Amino acid sequence: MLAHLPILQVIVPLLAAPLCLLLNRSRLAWLFTLLASALAFLISGLLTQQVMTTGTIVYELGGWDAPWGIEYRIDQLNALLLLIISGVSTIVLLAAQTSITKEIPGNRHTLFYVLYLLSLAGMLGIVATADAFNVFVFLEISSLSAYALIALGKDRRALWASYQYLIMGTIGATFILIGIGLMYQMTGTLNMHDLSQRLPEVDNTRTVFAAFSFVIVGLCLKLALFPLHLWLPNAYAYAPSIVTAFFAATATKVSIYLLVRFTFSIFGLSFSFTALPLQLLFVVLGLAGVFVASMAAIYQTNIKHLFAYSSIAQVGYMIIGFSISTVSGLTATLLHMFNHALMKGALFVALGAVMYRIGSVKLEDFNGLGRKMPYTMAAIVIGGLSLIGVPLTVGFISKWYLIIALIEKGWWPVVVLVLLGSLLAVIYVWRLVEAAYFKPAATPNETVAEAPVLFLIPIWILVSANIYFGIDTRLSFQVAQAASQSLFGVSP
Amino acid sequence: MLMGLYNYWAVVVLMMIGFYIVIAHGNLIKKIVGLSIFQTSVFIFYISMAKVDGGTAPILADGIEQYSNPLPHVLILTAIVVGIATTAVGLALAVRIKEAYGSIEEEEIQKKDNLDC
Repeated sequence: MLAHLPILQVIVPLLAAPLCLLLNRSRLAWLFTLLASALAFLISGLLTQQVMTTGTIVYELGGWDAPWGIEYRIDQLNALLLLIISGVSTIVLLAAQTSITKEIPGNRHTLFYVLYLLSLAGMLGIVATADAFNVFVFLEISSLSAYALIALGKDRRALWASYQYLIMGTIGATFILIGIGLMYQMTGTLNMHDLSQRLPEVDNTRTVFAAFSFVIVGLCLKLALFPLHLWLPNAYAYAPSIVTAFFAATATKVSIYLLVRFTFSIFGLSFSFTALPLQLLFVVLGLAGVFVASMAAIYQTNIKHLFAYSSIAQVGYMIIGFSISTVSGLTATLLHMFNHALMKGALFVALGAVMYRIGSVKLEDFNGLGRKMPYTMAAIVIGGLSLIGVPLTVGFISKWYLIIALIEKGWWPVVVLVLLGSLLAVIYVWRLVEAAYFKPAATPNETVAEAPVLFLIPIWILVSANIYFGIDTRLSFQVAQAASQSLFGVSP
Repeated sequence: MLMGLYNYWAVVVLMMIGFYIVIAHGNLIKKIVGLSIFQTSVFIFYISMAKVDGGTAPILADGIEQYSNPLPHVLILTAIVVGIATTAVGLALAVRIKEAYGSIEEEEIQKKDNLDC
């Protein structure tokens, strides 16, 4: 049983999805989904433990040897990502049933859970597999269910957002498919490990350059790097709250994982960062993303829009860490992926609670909410502080390591710009705090009660994690550093 | 060079036609048609690269020495299924958008959205 953990990680949610359809009772489907997701979380915990003690786990699907069969390979990086995805998914699901009763018509509840499980299975699959074509298949499983999930939003703009996401997402995925095809043409293999060994022999050909460019552009579309981020704000703003919380915490991280996997493991560090001016390109686009998205966030009146733009800015920070291309830079990126999942998970579930009580998340709806929903608003404030990077929160930890990595590299102007970017976060978080605590309650808000317990539990689990991992960084830092070192081939 | 690689020329031309339609057209159905053409070009690309000159289908038989590579052909079956699913979801969304907005023209939808804000 223990030997089959890598495949169970993907199979459990994938098989749970059709079973969920058979249940056909909203509450039952919820409990079942929660169980499947919790099981996936347990498996990823066991995998992480196993990887940290014994090293990389290689699993051959159906017993076929690697170049012929598909291989699953779990190293520290995969384990970290699996842990983030299944963990956030499980915690967010606690609030799902309460939240969707107000946001999705009753006859679609089971379908919501089916799609949710498929999306979860897709993301876990992308991370677990070591086969390049398998990545594309799982990418499409998670994306197609994501389009449908976003279209479940109450507002008709959800449909339009979902359609735009579908067009952009499919172009991105097809670009990745072209890149994988070109790589196969040159090497005759789809196994990531084989690819990494055979690509250096042919790395001066135009085909490999083309493959690299297609994969990178496709991934940048998927991970919403400025200026390819246009699909994200509306998709996150009009999707049902639970969907937003789940995707904001996981979806872009999976694409960043793929970017790291393709550039570091498959194409190799020396090719990725010397063949093309990738370092300069990414640091400029990352910084542009931080500033443009943070500025846009300041002017938003819909709070889900505001935090969606802030997500694009946070992706910018991760890309800056990535572009440093040193062990500490990559560690900062991986750490921020983990930490950002905690922040955005907490914030968007809390927004879901506000949506549940008030039915909208416009800035003026927050007037005086600090007294009416004290626990929810306190969570949003802590989440916001974490976004800014205030000490004792996880946001501080990731900014700290990012800045140390930048200083080691000697990129002083970037250090200054990163700090300035954080100040912009102060402005947009402050607008929310001001409305919630310093403005009188709007008349319809006077009778609003605190969010239900099933909202408060996941919110405060995530908020406590924000504080806990902001003080005790041993676990998150250790895994991130080990993953980063193994990518650079440094033995710890 | 030009004739020897004519499959690939077809791929490039189809790819650009599809991509152009997706970007340039405001009609939601036309966009999906463009997307399908774009994806189809990739299918042809995979199928072309697996074809070996003079090779036959990979079925073991007497007197046959050369076989085409079946793997990309199988891969592309999966990609075709993905393509169909994408088209289906896209068209379903277009139907729902038509119901909700009364139009499938990008400009009109955008105009109605701006009024909502």
